[in-house]
Amino acid sequence: MDTRDRILGHIRKGLGRSGPVSSDEAAALRAGLANPKPNLVPARSQVDRFDQIELFVAMAEEAAATVDRVGRLEDVPKAVSSYLASQNLPSDIVMAPDESLDTIPWDDRGMLSIRRGVPEPSDEVGLSATFSAIAETGSLMVTSGPHHPSSLNLLPDTHVVVVREDQIVGAQEDGWVRLRKSVEENGGLPRTVLFITGPSRSADIEQTLLMGAHGPRRLHIVLVESRDSDGGA
Amino acid sequence: MQSTSPRFRENAGEALRDASLQRALRNIPTGFIKKRQKAADRMPEFEDLRDAARDLKNRTLANLDFYLEEFESKVVANGGTVHWCSNAEQAREAILCICRLVGAETVTKGKSMIGEEIGINDFLEENGMTPVETDLGEYIIQLRKEPPSHIIAPAIHVNKEQVAEAFFEAHQDLDADRNLDQPTALLAEARGKLRERFLAADVGITGANFLIAETGSSVIVTNEGNGDLTQILPRIHIAIASIEKVVPTLDDASTLLRVLTRSATGQEASVYTTFSTGPRRAEDPDGPEQFHVVLLDNGRSEMMGTEFQEMLRCIRCGACLNHCPVYGAVGGHAYGWVYPGPMGAVLTPSLIGVDEAGHLPNASTFCGRCEEVCPVRIPLPKLMRHWRELEFRKGNPAIRFRYGLKAWALLARMPWLYRRIMGLAMHTLAGWARGTGVLQKAPLAGGWTAHRDMPAPEGATFQNQWRAHVARNRDSGT
Repeated sequence: MDTRDRILGHIRKGLGRSGPVSSDEAAALRAGLANPKPNLVPARSQVDRFDQIELFVAMAEEAAATVDRVGRLEDVPKAVSSYLASQNLPSDIVMAPDESLDTIPWDDRGMLSIRRGVPEPSDEVGLSATFSAIAETGSLMVTSGPHHPSSLNLLPDTHVVVVREDQIVGAQEDGWVRLRKSVEENGGLPRTVLFITGPSRSADIEQTLLMGAHGPRRLHIVLVESRDSDGGA
Repeated sequence: MQSTSPRFRENAGEALRDASLQRALRNIPTGFIKKRQKAADRMPEFEDLRDAARDLKNRTLANLDFYLEEFESKVVANGGTVHWCSNAEQAREAILCICRLVGAETVTKGKSMIGEEIGINDFLEENGMTPVETDLGEYIIQLRKEPPSHIIAPAIHVNKEQVAEAFFEAHQDLDADRNLDQPTALLAEARGKLRERFLAADVGITGANFLIAETGSSVIVTNEGNGDLTQILPRIHIAIASIEKVVPTLDDASTLLRVLTRSATGQEASVYTTFSTGPRRAEDPDGPEQFHVVLLDNGRSEMMGTEFQEMLRCIRCGACLNHCPVYGAVGGHAYGWVYPGPMGAVLTPSLIGVDEAGHLPNASTFCGRCEEVCPVRIPLPKLMRHWRELEFRKGNPAIRFRYGLKAWALLARMPWLYRRIMGLAMHTLAGWARGTGVLQKAPLAGGWTAHRDMPAPEGATFQNQWRAHVARNRDSGT
């Protein structure tokens, strides 16, 4: 008997079964996996869209992210360059090769020097879009893929993320609904789904909270207002 | 990992005399306990979420074999591999085999209790590789060559001066006169040193907080981002996890995450919560080329169907450690194996045997705080009591315990004698205290009075007071 069968055998014995679940039960359990239902979702995030946006901003700031709200996509380059200047950071950016960032007129002012692709260890500022954003915890929900190298979220010291208001959902469970829909439309799951809540930190030395452990020291969110004409979710 | 659990008594004695450890342990009440309470108070549904978490873990365990098989099939469908391992030795061999296939030299590691359970670092080192812990706390204790003393804050017993000492010793290429007085300087130095290791690593090993049957994903939760760098940058990602980590769906993981982060650190959410599924896709610009899950049993499947099955709900938040008066007094190392505190006192005898770890379920005052805070409502005191009963039946406790218990049982069955003896004992103890209210020494209670004063009885016994109370009420006609 191989190890796998031995382990499963012990489990089944403990459960009072001599073999796997019956085919009817297996079908029922499999149906549960194919149509997942949320468990209890806290009321905090189950509010109207306006309040979800405010909740997202408040929770992200509580987690020590900074949030800059702009009216239009055209305002993003200026917002990014003023943020970098205010933090004395270089204007060289490594940017995710994400189509959704293409509609932003990056060249307008010529203040930013942008390279698109995978970050090098020397890159100090990374910029990306996000798949979705979670109001309950102020988290960004980013997915990996050709549009978004996963190292971009972790390697550069500063991570700037462009979020559209219509990407904000209430809870993580609402994020899963969007993800499953996208998987149906575009094929399989991404290798990584990462929820980012504030910049990196550690309290491993005498329980003293310090920012910037291995990941970015700064997480800056540029939140772009969505008008009805932009199409919502 | 070699256990020193049979030496619990001696270990605990040494811990109580260790002034630097005692200083470090004093941070727990103001840190973890307060933060958890604040986070729980802020979430009106917190108690209901604990029920939901308990129920979903029970549902999963009721068909654990099914969910493990589903998980495996999804991992394979996404291009990964699952390695089933009965024991620590099989898990170590499976990992070594994967590392050798790519000629690994540097192996980075995210924090993993299973890694401690199977002693993977020593084993890789013996086989010519360089394992590097990347969680700051784990890195500190790896340099100090000691095991973690807490399941989520491995270096909680270490003071910043000791961290500085370890860094001066380990990073000799840096300026010997540098200033490492402040935690910020220590963090900056570790960040720089570990960045080099991340970029050099051939294999990255992480633990898993959850495995998802719906998708074949492994989930890690970190605040530093070390786990992500560990699994993104090397060519191979190995997730090591025990069998009870599987949950049915992504939504189930979301429920457990809500109680996990609040119970562990009092956070609304950890900084990085990562769901990883399979190796990098063909069109992905980065990520590992291979994804392996090393699935460890190590005695857990034998807990199924026993009273200890409830322990398999544990999500390793550490709240029971933080709230335990025994853990708070002696710290984690005294417990002598991987898992300390109440959860360790229940789990360790299941995994390494009650003969080896029989002292641990006895290291409890049965105050019940662990059960009060457990996010998945494991009845830890009840389970510790099961171990005590099993141990007693095996004839393990020393003769003096057995006689002591017999004498107590005899006395408890003869109320008149009990009252006499109690009255006499109280009178005598009160006399010894000479009106000070405390006893610095008492017969048969040296274990207590060595570390703290014993309150001396004052006034009459409870039963005498009760009788007087009843008589008074009768007289006043109520």
